[in-house]
Amino acid sequence: MRPPWRCVLNASLSARFAAALPSGSDYVTLRFVEERAEILTCRNGVVQPPSTSLDRGAMITVYEAGGLGYAATSDLSASGIRQAIERARSWARQGAGAMVFDSRELPRPSPKGSWSAPAIEPWATQPISARLDRVARAEAALRIDPRIVESSASVLAIDTHSLLLTSTGGEVEQRASHLSPELEVYAHQDGLTQRRTLGGLRGTSQQGGAEVLTRFGFDQGSQRIALEAIALLEAPECPTDILDVILAPDQMMLQIHESIGHPLELDRILGDERNYAGTSFVTPEMFGTYRYGSELLNISFDPTHPNEYASYGWDDDGAPAERVLLIERGILKRPLGGHISQHRSGLPGVANSRACAWNRPPIDRMANLNLEPGSHSLQELIRQVERGVFLETNASWSIDDSRNKFQFSCEFGREIVDGELGRVVRNPSYRGISATFWRSLAGVGDRDTLQTLGTPYCGKGEPNQAVRVGHASPACLFRQVDVFGGAA
Amino acid sequence: MSWQDLFSHLADDLGDDLGSDEGFTLVLDAENSSFVRFNHGKIRQPGDVRQGAVTLRWILGRRHASARLSLSGLAESDRATLRAARDRLRGIVQELPEDPHLLLNTHPRSTRSIDEADLPPPERITAQICQAAEGLDLVGILATGTLHRAFANHLGQRNAFSSAAALFDWSLVAGGDKAVKLSYGGTHFSFDELRGRMAKGLEQLAALQREPHTIPPGRYRAYLAPAAVEELLGLLSWDAFSCRAQRAGSSPLGRLVAGKEHLDPRVHLLEDTAGGIGPDVQGDGFLKPDAVPLITNGRHAGCLISPRSAAEYGLEHNGADARESPASLSMAGGELDAEQALQALGTGVWISNLWYLNHSDRNAGRITGMTRFATFWVQEGQIVAPLSVMRFEDRIYDLLGEALEGITRQRDLIPSASTYEARSTDSVRVPGLLLRGLTFTL
Repeated sequence: MRPPWRCVLNASLSARFAAALPSGSDYVTLRFVEERAEILTCRNGVVQPPSTSLDRGAMITVYEAGGLGYAATSDLSASGIRQAIERARSWARQGAGAMVFDSRELPRPSPKGSWSAPAIEPWATQPISARLDRVARAEAALRIDPRIVESSASVLAIDTHSLLLTSTGGEVEQRASHLSPELEVYAHQDGLTQRRTLGGLRGTSQQGGAEVLTRFGFDQGSQRIALEAIALLEAPECPTDILDVILAPDQMMLQIHESIGHPLELDRILGDERNYAGTSFVTPEMFGTYRYGSELLNISFDPTHPNEYASYGWDDDGAPAERVLLIERGILKRPLGGHISQHRSGLPGVANSRACAWNRPPIDRMANLNLEPGSHSLQELIRQVERGVFLETNASWSIDDSRNKFQFSCEFGREIVDGELGRVVRNPSYRGISATFWRSLAGVGDRDTLQTLGTPYCGKGEPNQAVRVGHASPACLFRQVDVFGGAA
Repeated sequence: MSWQDLFSHLADDLGDDLGSDEGFTLVLDAENSSFVRFNHGKIRQPGDVRQGAVTLRWILGRRHASARLSLSGLAESDRATLRAARDRLRGIVQELPEDPHLLLNTHPRSTRSIDEADLPPPERITAQICQAAEGLDLVGILATGTLHRAFANHLGQRNAFSSAAALFDWSLVAGGDKAVKLSYGGTHFSFDELRGRMAKGLEQLAALQREPHTIPPGRYRAYLAPAAVEELLGLLSWDAFSCRAQRAGSSPLGRLVAGKEHLDPRVHLLEDTAGGIGPDVQGDGFLKPDAVPLITNGRHAGCLISPRSAAEYGLEHNGADARESPASLSMAGGELDAEQALQALGTGVWISNLWYLNHSDRNAGRITGMTRFATFWVQEGQIVAPLSVMRFEDRIYDLLGEALEGITRQRDLIPSASTYEARSTDSVRVPGLLLRGLTFTL
């Protein structure tokens, strides 16, 4: 049931917004966002002081005289909203005739509705002592050997509530709970340190409550992670050679994110990000014909995916969420662009105009970007490999500003010889070029190999914005990859 | 009411209602900023952000918890919000175990640094940029306005820092991924200076418009301009100098710390708070020393020790924030005149900017990254052509060790352009580096 004060807040915001609407503007929106976060951590046997946050404010956007301006404020009083509207109007007027587009030609969405992703087991309703006990137990289970020199367990919980109001009568309310568990150990021996985690950069993030911990095996995962860290201390370096590679879902998420997601962002293709996040090797004329990958590659943009970390009902410009195939049987179909980028480019897009918080304007973001499952079990993929490596969990990432030349490292590797998994190898890395790498995709795992993952840390934009993204992927097999290990 | 006055009001209010064994720290992070984004020489996204937040840590003996809260800027409303948060924290800390690593500042020292610089209004700077950008493919961001930081605790300590600053960070694009990256800003903003920097950028832009040159992977002489060195040291700033990381063996400079490796004896790095542009108080209210040596004569000289690490490892803290990353990293200059760098390079690669650096083998100190923007192939001290982007892979011990041929005498103060959540007050002061060899792999 919705708490009564929320309704009061929505009604009072709507009333203040309506009262402050100017007569000279073409289109005005107010996007209210409230985000409550909590992080609980236990490190080396010591419960760390709990930390919470309540971030709340509103972003006003104004279309006027062909310009577009915004103003964000944490003052939600009637005068605060009125002043923000006036500031946004002033910027819109200054931009009139001097912007990269004419706002009079932009669509003016008027969405209505509500959407929510409630937690099955709300995390915050459990007593803090019980939540801390659970985190502390997981951390204690990491300390199984004197060679474990650093250990930590933590849970990041975020609840969001947003309200989008438009001067055309649109009103959309959305709520979601998000949970990100993490386990991390450092094992050390004779000057060598190895790190192992549950999901890399909080890669085990989903929407939901305490049930997310169960889905990712937070309570049982510690011993495996610690044992694997110790095994890495004893392991040989990953071989350096041209090898077949099977990437586990917790490395596939990074591979999809960096070498498909970012290059398909339409604002990058339009040049907005060239001073910071970078440009793209993808150009507008490629859509519809360009072979991005092998026939096995199918990539969907899906903000409707249940439990995935970046699901929503509408994007932050009011476009309704919809699942869309961006790459179908290897052919590039559609970019990741919200309605402003679609208007600027003349290309179709998706509902991906998103802001990280109330204090930043929406830009083209990934949300949930998924690789569709195939038909092979993991064993069947492994059996197809004569000489190769199976790589798990991203440890390091680097890619050029056109999102083409990449080099990624993983936490954990296993050799594959004659269709069988072999010994553990440490410091596995591989490099390639996006434009050709996906064409070497030779096998896609089935639904049993698929994991729905996500991370809170996708950075982009000026001013900078870090947003939540989701990536669901099966394990995948790539042929003839440039693989190497660390310096001995 | 100004953010600083509001903060003082809130801190005083908290101090009026303290129980036995209770205490608090309160940190302000606020700004009134204008952000104007440009693309293709035109405005892309202009706007204002008015935001303020406090982080309240409530302490009961050795138990404590914290809450970060948005401020509306309205005194009564914010006082009620903060009191409600305090009451919640009072309940939470009762359920917590004692924290063995809590270290509080018991010697309050109040400070005040309010820079009332008179910046031009953002609309005027924007108009000037649009004028200067006419006919150019300019992309970038103007961030301008006033930043406010403050600290207070139950012992009456009050530290206030406000700074009005503008930073214009932009690229002049020659086509594709070839561009000249420029930046100008500070507590004053001169349109003459802006035009001067734009003109200098245009000179480099002309060279970028030549047919790009490609080179096969291999080892080449290279010059890293200060902005590229900033990227290199930026990677190390993640955790290389952190006491906690060094103790856990996860610092990428672990072998330097252990004395198994050393850098060129001309390499000196320090956390130079006195030479930086940020506040001199860390988040627990401890004053930062003017400087903390990190690498001296190419050898490990110290690390950044937060109060929490100090309590954990039985050390003296040195004013580091909880993240134990440098906020004002400074690298000493050398003998090479920057004007002679091109001549000294002879034949090799001139790198204005690096990009997306990361560790490829932390134990070995091996790093990778890309060249970006204006990178040129140079022959006999003359720029020949722009170079297509290349990936490098080297050990930091080699780059700043045997491969280091020269360090420029001149150094650039580079303010951070980071605006994640809020505008940064970090900066670095770095020279250019001439390298005997940089290994390109892709």
